Amino acid sequence: MARGIGLGAPLSKIAVSKAHGEDSPYFAGWKAYDEDPYDPVANPTGVIQMGLAENQVSFDLLEDYLEQHPETASWSSGISGFKENALFQDYHGLQSFRKAMASFMEQIRGKRVKFNPDRMVLTAGATAANELLTFILADPGDAVLVPTPYYPGFDRDLQWRTGVKIFPVHCHSSNGFQLTLHSLQSAYSIAEASNLRVKALLITNPSNPLGTTMPRSLLEDILNFISQKNIHLISDEIYSGSVFSSPEFISVAEVVETRQHKNCDGVHIVYSLSKDLGLPGFRVGTIYSYNDRVVTTARRMSSFSLVSSQTQKMLASMLSDEEFTVKYIKTNRERLRRRHGYIVEGLKDAGIECLEGNAGLFCWMNLTQMLEEKSMEGELRLWKMILSEVKLNVSPGSSCYCAEPGWFRVCFANMTEETLEVALRRTKVFVEKIKGRKTNVIFRS
Amino acid sequence: MGFGESEEQLLSKVATNGGHGENSSYFDGWKAYDRDPYHPIQNPEGVIQMGLAENLLCHDLIEEWIRKNPAASICTEEGVSQFSAVANFQDYHGLPIFRQGVAKFMEKGRGGRVRFDPERIVMSGGATGAQETLAFCLADPGDAFLIPVPYYPAFDRDFCWRTRARLLPIHCDSSNNFNITTSALEAAYHQAQKSNIRVKGILISNPSNPLGTTMSKQTLQILLRFVNEKRIHLICDEIFSGTVFKSPRFVSLSEIVEADPTIDRDLIHVVYSLSKDLGLPGFRVGVIYSYNNAVVACARKMSSFGLVSSQTQYLLGCMLGDEEFTSEYLVENARRLAERHGVFTAGLARVGIRCLEGNGGLFCWMDLRALLKEETVEGELELWRVIVNEVKLNVSPGSSFHCAEPGWFRVCFANMDEETTERALRRIRVFVNGEGEEVKMMKTKKKKKNGWDEELRLSLPRRFEEDLVLTPRLMSPHSPLVRATI
Repeated sequence: MARGIGLGAPLSKIAVSKAHGEDSPYFAGWKAYDEDPYDPVANPTGVIQMGLAENQVSFDLLEDYLEQHPETASWSSGISGFKENALFQDYHGLQSFRKAMASFMEQIRGKRVKFNPDRMVLTAGATAANELLTFILADPGDAVLVPTPYYPGFDRDLQWRTGVKIFPVHCHSSNGFQLTLHSLQSAYSIAEASNLRVKALLITNPSNPLGTTMPRSLLEDILNFISQKNIHLISDEIYSGSVFSSPEFISVAEVVETRQHKNCDGVHIVYSLSKDLGLPGFRVGTIYSYNDRVVTTARRMSSFSLVSSQTQKMLASMLSDEEFTVKYIKTNRERLRRRHGYIVEGLKDAGIECLEGNAGLFCWMNLTQMLEEKSMEGELRLWKMILSEVKLNVSPGSSCYCAEPGWFRVCFANMTEETLEVALRRTKVFVEKIKGRKTNVIFRS
Repeated sequence: MGFGESEEQLLSKVATNGGHGENSSYFDGWKAYDRDPYHPIQNPEGVIQMGLAENLLCHDLIEEWIRKNPAASICTEEGVSQFSAVANFQDYHGLPIFRQGVAKFMEKGRGGRVRFDPERIVMSGGATGAQETLAFCLADPGDAFLIPVPYYPAFDRDFCWRTRARLLPIHCDSSNNFNITTSALEAAYHQAQKSNIRVKGILISNPSNPLGTTMSKQTLQILLRFVNEKRIHLICDEIFSGTVFKSPRFVSLSEIVEADPTIDRDLIHVVYSLSKDLGLPGFRVGVIYSYNNAVVACARKMSSFGLVSSQTQYLLGCMLGDEEFTSEYLVENARRLAERHGVFTAGLARVGIRCLEGNGGLFCWMDLRALLKEETVEGELELWRVIVNEVKLNVSPGSSFHCAEPGWFRVCFANMDEETTERALRRIRVFVNGEGEEVKMMKTKKKKKNGWDEELRLSLPRRFEEDLVLTPRLMSPHSPLVRATI
């Protein structure tokens, strides 16, 4: 037998590539936090995590529900029994759960749309949903248009194992980073000219990291655009339940219904319970497609990432309770609005403006005036300073592929109000220090 | 303008190439069952599902544990204090109690003869997700893994569909109980090389699906020598490791690897799941255990696409951490499986149907070669259609497992209660035994022509025989039945 000297055998190209995206500064900040995490008592000078778009403001509503509805916890007998649930691995998913999800999604959209539970494909999180759709809609080497700035995880979800390329559609602060038909057409032409075959457009609405929603006119333009170019539209609506102030959220589903489902074979919606319900650990994602072929194929492919039947059953119970979901959606929105208002005021008080946002779990901060150099390097230097001196983990715009340096995403819903207060206090001190430095520099020169 | 006729080109190749594998005969039987499912009261003449390798024998034990341990559920009064922490936990390392519980359970399933490091436990969307993830980590599109036949049909989907990797067969047959030989290994490897296909590794299942047997230490050593020499990977799917109910005892790959320092551990990867041993396929608990650090790191990143629900991690982490329970469970599970296996194989033997001698798994590998009208895949599928449509049993034809010899069928025995088992055996008895002079005449003729085992008689239900007399051309030209009636 050959002597085992640990030479191993080669791994795949995918395995050695960096396309998983974990070397991005987006994750380096998490590591800084992991090494020195803030705790009000045990580590009051630690790093405060403001880079994680989690919703922790409404857990008590879920816990209260569970306490009042003990049947959610247990398996009864017969068809709702433990055995049947534990054996249930049908990739169609529990019908009761799909119905409950459809109903929940309708509630969020003010019942202005109808979702057919049979078009709902369940996946282990939106992460799996986006990758799965990419596998179905594009071949290796094809391109997907994605407006910038965008959620850094899309690099991994859309590109890593699929071999598909993201082609950015740059948006600018001149119009609040809003996507325009013009920029779409321009990006499409450039992609085509580079011999890239564009197969889809992926939008996130409400937007991460901007915290804004798209107006109806833009959605109409988008639908016309994809129809004209014969490409698909993926609308990631994971933050749809986190729209806390006007303008009201308009889903692409609404526009499809207004058009009486004409030409909607290319429209696919991604949703998840990770943000609106604050349950990222449960891995509950869904693809809602108006295309039968995509539904069938996605369902088959979901075998690689099904939702635990235990979790499906528990949530089916909770989400079909309309009294609960109405109250939850309303209360959650109010709390997010309050929290958002608090951080925006606090930042303003510190001299920092944010993009006007109406949704999501974060603000898009304008720190362009604090850059020593208006470049990506300048932004990263500022970011490292914020991380090491202010001990706040925020996300630099460059990690979201923002076309303009100096913008940062700061999350506000993943901590207590007290912690947020501490963060704002630190921010104010920091901004004054920076201003002071700049004044000194001017004085000296 | 819209989609419509040109829709085909608007989906990817992966979406349209049939790689999902659902056109296989393996799934046709499921469809027949879905259309006409057996129910003891509502539909006693329906199709009995014997094509699904599920373990339904021990849920009562698990249910009892859950009832006695309400704190393991984050939704009960006792457990709800953990709700927000668990619900928020999406770290792809997984909950520590989960990883520790799984590692301990895997150790117990191997009689405490190996050590599993919880830090190497990586989650996946069931074993389905685990196989795909490993293929993504180890193979480029077009690369191949060698795999002994017969094998679990869905490996084609799991290992090849989205990864574009390939599975190439290592020939095994009944001449030596389907064991892997060095010559078969070498032949498969060289065949691939001749076709300019890069072999990146070997994929085995131990215990084997569909054979229901465990691999001997010698065979595992042959495989390890081979991969070490060729510097290729070895993936061992041990999903049925906790269902070994008879001797020889289960020898896991890890046992040999731990004892032999000349084996390059960077080549060794184990797949596990709780779907079979614990009967929890709905919970989607897949595990990749690799001895290669780079593979652990990569697979862990990929696990983002198929993490186990933290609610489920928590429940199972608590349960698998109860060592008294798991020890008792594994013993009782093996005992019940042994009993069921015994009843079933005895029932088959009584009508002259032999099975490969099995010691694990949830199924038997039945030898129905003597019932074939012709020793071909078509002959096997014809027999299979009779079994599904006339005998009303969904069994799985060997060809759907890529078996090299026609006439073998996998029949599952652990996914039903005792009464259904009895009923299935009764139907088989009725099918195999016959009544009437025509059958005796057929038997005599057959003995002269083919020297078949005289205990075995082929009988077709009345209706089919009538069709046969009227239209003999329906039968294959080699059918002894046609000759008998002319």
